[in-house]
Amino acid sequence: MSARDNILARVRRGLGLPGDIAGLERPAVQEYIRQNPRGPRPTYHWSDPVVRFQERSEKLGTSVDRVASLSEVPEAVVRYLNEKALPQRGVVWQGLPALEWERAGLMLEARGAHADDLVGVTGAFCAIAETGTLMLLSGADSPAAVSLLPETHIAILDVQRIVSGMEEALALMKSERGTLPRAVNFVSGPSRTADIEQTIVIGAHGPYRVHVVLYGSVHVQ
Amino acid sequence: MQLTSFSFKSNVRRKLIDPLLQRNMKRFGGRFVEARAAVMTEVDNLETIRVAAAAIRDRSLANLDSYLLAFEEQALARGSRVHWAETAQDVNRILIEIAQSNGVKKIVKSKSMVSEESGLNDAVEAAGIQAIETDLGEYILQLAHEPPSHIIAPAIHKSLEEVAALFSENHHTPRQTDIPALCREAREQLRPHFLSAEMGISGGNFLIAETGSVVIVTNEGNGRMVTTLPRIHVTITGIEKVLPTLNDFSVIVRLLTRSATGQSITNYVSMLTGPRQEGDLDGPEQSHIILVDSGRSRLLGTEMQKALRCIRCGACMNHCPVYQNIGGHAYGWVYPGPIGAILTPSYVGLKNALDLPQASTLCGACQVVCPVKIPLPELMRVLREKSFEQGLRPWHERLSIRLWRGVANRPHLYALMTQMGVRVLSLLGGKKKLLHHLPGLDGWTDGRDMPAPQGKTFRELYRKRRS
Repeated sequence: MSARDNILARVRRGLGLPGDIAGLERPAVQEYIRQNPRGPRPTYHWSDPVVRFQERSEKLGTSVDRVASLSEVPEAVVRYLNEKALPQRGVVWQGLPALEWERAGLMLEARGAHADDLVGVTGAFCAIAETGTLMLLSGADSPAAVSLLPETHIAILDVQRIVSGMEEALALMKSERGTLPRAVNFVSGPSRTADIEQTIVIGAHGPYRVHVVLYGSVHVQ
Repeated sequence: MQLTSFSFKSNVRRKLIDPLLQRNMKRFGGRFVEARAAVMTEVDNLETIRVAAAAIRDRSLANLDSYLLAFEEQALARGSRVHWAETAQDVNRILIEIAQSNGVKKIVKSKSMVSEESGLNDAVEAAGIQAIETDLGEYILQLAHEPPSHIIAPAIHKSLEEVAALFSENHHTPRQTDIPALCREAREQLRPHFLSAEMGISGGNFLIAETGSVVIVTNEGNGRMVTTLPRIHVTITGIEKVLPTLNDFSVIVRLLTRSATGQSITNYVSMLTGPRQEGDLDGPEQSHIILVDSGRSRLLGTEMQKALRCIRCGACMNHCPVYQNIGGHAYGWVYPGPIGAILTPSYVGLKNALDLPQASTLCGACQVVCPVKIPLPELMRVLREKSFEQGLRPWHERLSIRLWRGVANRPHLYALMTQMGVRVLSLLGGKKKLLHHLPGLDGWTDGRDMPAPQGKTFRELYRKRRS
């Protein structure tokens, strides 16, 4: 008997399930997983997801900027970096739509993140209004460390891709991608710790700053 | 972790007269309590969600073998390797095997309470491999050679001055007492380790049967580092942590982070599924998951099964008047507070943690705040009953209970003795009607006076009113 068999047998014995075939009830379990019911959640007392996203983001310490179109994004990024006196170079997701970064004066390299990168620019699969959360999916052209190693993380997001809750975000991922990537990272503000005397300090191991540039407008359908 | 739960009473006596700990615990006070209360106002249907969360956990536990197999199937399909550990020693053995067969010299760890159960760090060091804790609290404690005293705020018992001294001594840097500066110092010390370690170890808040994913819920970013940068990632977590679906997780996470730190959501929620994929520029080449039993399966089918619902938020200890006064170390094992008073005796044996279920007034605060509705006071009462039935309580306690039973079974004798008793106590109470000392019950009167009875029993008063 392997450790696996022993554990599963003990589990069944403990639960008083009949027979000694582990997983005898798999069909019922798979049926529940297939049905995948949504549970209760707090009542949403807001109606505009963009406003809600912005409010919650700012509460978490994420700054939010909004521009009319994708082509205005590079200038918005430069504006933010200038305001914060941050370097105008860094690393960017290859998967972002082609933008004229250089013309705006930015030196962004499309590659994986290095330890000494100070600015990381990413997209986001979508965002969650309820909590002010960005949902990032890892992939060949969207490496996870770009939103982690640099001190400043800038995320570019189509304003139409703000959904209400985590359930909608996960459903959107399943319908568009089918499966989960290696890493789904829900990011809600800059990293923090309260491990010394319960004092909240912004900037632990991850970014000190998270800035979101929303572009486009919400089409009424 | 070294077990000292059997000497709980002397642990407590030491902690109560430790001036530094008492000062630190006073500061700890109600901050978590207030933060939780404030953020829960966002949840207008809290009770509905708690009931649903408890039902989700019960569903997972009721068919745990099937959900574990569903999880395993999905995890394997995504290229993770799944290991099963029957005991804490097995956890260490499996982990060291993975490390040695891959030539690992350095491990970076994010917080894993399960790895505390097996004393993983010591075992790994004994095998000649460096293990570095990277959660700030755990890192502080590793420098101090101390175990955690809280499941989500491990260094809650440490003061700023103590941290400043530890950093300066270990980093050979000038002593600084600015908290943000200390956090940056830790970041700068640990960053090179994230980049050079061959292996990262994390716990797992949840396992998702639907997708074979490990979910970690974190704030500092170290959890993301250890699961992204080293070429091997090992998750160590208990078999009870499985959830059926991602939708179920969405329900539970709203309560977890609010109950734990008073956040609507933590900075990072990471769903990790398998090793890096074709073309990925980062992520581990190997993903291992160690599923740990180590006493958990023994709780299934018993009254204690409900304790396995636990999602490790720490709200029960934050709200416990006993924990607030003695801190976490006194409990003598990995899990302190009310949930520890249930899990420790269940995992390490009741006779090794006899006094833990007694360390409660059964005030019920823990049950009121538990997001998955674990009936903690009821479970403590069951453990008390068991310890009496198994003859584990001290002889004088058993004798007293037997004497009391003898009297209580004879109503006339009981009436007579209580009438005498309250009159004697009333006299002893003097003008102030307070008893400073009760022979044989010093434990109750050492720290406070007992209000003396007023001279009549309930039955006497009742009879008088009826007549």
